[in-house]
Amino acid sequence: MYERKDSEINPTNYDMTVERKSGRELVVTRNFNAPAHIVFDAWTKPELLKRWWVAKSFGASFLSCEADVRTEGTYRFVFSHPSSEQPVPFFGRYVEVIPGSRLVWTNDEGDGDGSVTTVTFEERGGETLVVIHELYPSKNALDDAMASESISWSGEQFQQLDQLLAAPEASVETS
Amino acid sequence: MVQYSGAVLDASFAALSDATRRGVLEQLGRADASITDLAEKFHMTLTGMKKHVGVLEQAGLVTTEKVGRVRTCKLGLRGLVEEAAWIERYHQSWAARFDELDKLLEELKQKEKADVRKKRQ
Repeated sequence: MYERKDSEINPTNYDMTVERKSGRELVVTRNFNAPAHIVFDAWTKPELLKRWWVAKSFGASFLSCEADVRTEGTYRFVFSHPSSEQPVPFFGRYVEVIPGSRLVWTNDEGDGDGSVTTVTFEERGGETLVVIHELYPSKNALDDAMASESISWSGEQFQQLDQLLAAPEASVETS
Repeated sequence: MVQYSGAVLDASFAALSDATRRGVLEQLGRADASITDLAEKFHMTLTGMKKHVGVLEQAGLVTTEKVGRVRTCKLGLRGLVEEAAWIERYHQSWAARFDELDKLLEELKQKEKADVRKKRQ
């Protein structure tokens, strides 16, 4: 049975939501148990960013992490990943930086169809609501981003779904 | 616009939580089939298979069409499943990051408290 486990991982019940708001927008929301200036630091100081941006389960690790976090500043994150012989760079430009409340950056590593990411930090009673808004240049660009990572409707797809669902049932006999 | 954060995603994943229903989708991914065909393949009564197909249909994963006395099933909106799976991976990758971020924030808060205490002394 598929269940969200977030509330169990986070005893304070900081549920996360992901929503495709429109053809070209994805929105993620999540509360954090810390004031906005601390959460903002964790998103903007490279030495802190390095400690959480690549979760252990990703299998990747930082080779370098440079971020000049000010309006018109740039960033460049370079990762190593077992699936790639070459280092994998992610880079872009900060379009807007309002300390403690708002970050906007471009994602320029793709072929010009990259999204613009806006992150807002809203403090309420010592907690901070973080909203991540990813805006793609077009619906096609977001569909392509999704398609490039999904594989055709195949047994492999179902295995992936099985893993997603983490269903402890036996595999299906389809004779 | 379809929303994936709530009911739709839940309905899709609830429909997919059953091994037989996943098998039915896999089967329909190869070829359309009647409910009778599916019931035979999965060694199930017609009534039992109708129920499973009904759940898949409600989740938008399968569409059915009755021609004469035969009800034919086919995959419906397969993009929806792929998109739901992509959204789920996207969700999982942020969730994994945020778990690490929670730990870091806790540490930073403690550090800030300690710094404030030091300044007061």
